[in-house]
Amino acid sequence: MPTITYVQPSGERQTVPADAGATVMLTAIAHGIGGIVAECGGAAMCATCHVYLDPASAALVAPVSEVENEMLESAASGRRENSRLSCQIVVPAGDHDIIVHVPSHQV
Amino acid sequence: MSPMESTAQRPVAVNAPVTDLDPYADAVLDDPYPHYERLRELGPIFYLSRYDAYGLARHAEIDAVLRDPATFCSSAGVGLANFHTTAAWRKPSIILEVDPPMHARTRKVVAGLLAPASINKLRPTFEQQAERLVDALLQQGGQIDAVPALCEAYPLKVFADAVGIPAQGRETYLLPYGDMVFNAFGPVNERFQACLAKAQQGAIEWIGEVCKRENLTPDGLGMQLYQAADEGLLAPDEAPMLVRTLLSAGLDTTVFTLCNAVLSFARHPDQWALVHANPALARQALEEVLRYESTFHSFYRTTTRDVDIAGVQMAPEQKICVLIGSANRDPRRWGETADRFDVTRRAAGNMAFGTGIHGCAGQMIARLEGETLLTVLARRVKAIHLEGAPSMHYNNSVRGYTRMPVRLVAA
Repeated sequence: MPTITYVQPSGERQTVPADAGATVMLTAIAHGIGGIVAECGGAAMCATCHVYLDPASAALVAPVSEVENEMLESAASGRRENSRLSCQIVVPAGDHDIIVHVPSHQV
Repeated sequence: MSPMESTAQRPVAVNAPVTDLDPYADAVLDDPYPHYERLRELGPIFYLSRYDAYGLARHAEIDAVLRDPATFCSSAGVGLANFHTTAAWRKPSIILEVDPPMHARTRKVVAGLLAPASINKLRPTFEQQAERLVDALLQQGGQIDAVPALCEAYPLKVFADAVGIPAQGRETYLLPYGDMVFNAFGPVNERFQACLAKAQQGAIEWIGEVCKRENLTPDGLGMQLYQAADEGLLAPDEAPMLVRTLLSAGLDTTVFTLCNAVLSFARHPDQWALVHANPALARQALEEVLRYESTFHSFYRTTTRDVDIAGVQMAPEQKICVLIGSANRDPRRWGETADRFDVTRRAAGNMAFGTGIHGCAGQMIARLEGETLLTVLARRVKAIHLEGAPSMHYNNSVRGYTRMPVRLVAA
């Protein structure tokens, strides 16, 4: 079963099981992970579910789409090369662990 | 064909629970929630016999439909009339009522204009104006009709300034124009006809005038749309149309959201006490207002092919009414406390702004307006007392008020 590891700015790590086909955002909400606000509910319209995708996980998920690319410019904590909207990261099937780093703020 | 004629095709056989509920009747709009509960209990899908349309009232089915624009399109109009099968009696919106791939081009420009990174520079101005307005109301004793004095005054100032239109005429014309646009998201009923007649008394003409390039401030959102046209991102004639869209979509909705906020807090003093004690809760509290008293209540999608929803088959060109105000109260999504106003709830992901590719492009500026005003109220006002029954503003798709006597008690 796939898992997702959320790393908080404090360094705290939480690893939770995920369903293939779910998003990293929805999985975070379902498990009460802090720091992922997701105001727009997953429509790529608010940039408040921003995460930094760990380089070790980059090859596991689909790349940034055009819509996501535009909205990442609005990420409150600053865009980096590995910035993603967690609502747009779909969990692949298989025994992978996707590691994402939660930023310090979202609004 | 007269616009009053029903244009929907009655399906050969309806294999879903049938209801003759009129979601647009005044009595239903007064308190739609018990009706929504009955609709949700009918099943995942039902048939609105008065309108020859299917209806969805549960969160899961609505979410699925709004996220599948290829199957459930908007180009047939988001009201009851089907613009594919009958002559459109109004000009469809060039952003709301178009499908991919045409939609993406326009959407990209408008979404960029209204994205958090673009609008964050408005925050200091919004905060100042909110303080100025609330302080003035409190200095006058705080005894106000909250609709014009607070809920209309704030967006009419800050949002219309942000778009960059002239100040004169806003109070008279802006809100009747939006009222007409939102009435058109339902059936062409008497309410819509009356509203159209009112808008024709100057509002439509005034809107056309203020959306012209020469009447816009040089740095506002409106002018940025003209600049996008200069850069070839929009056709020249699309710029004024999208300025008009900002004005029609962005005023009445925010006014009504603020009405719903004031009323919800007046009716739930314990919840206001929480926000007053911790003004940083304002943004989250606004989200709960949007869930609990959804500004937008319903609109339509249209099938593009033979499709099955929860075992009910329907043909192409079938209208489906999407009751988002009900999705926001669905206990399947929000739990047994769905009908409780609770600012500590995690209300993000509610359907008040829709979702999917046609989700409200202005939702972040709407949140900014709501958050800034609620934050100032939270700091300055310790209690909001309702001093009389509020008067409902009846509209086919949005819910708000025309009058709301309240007393703001200074902290």
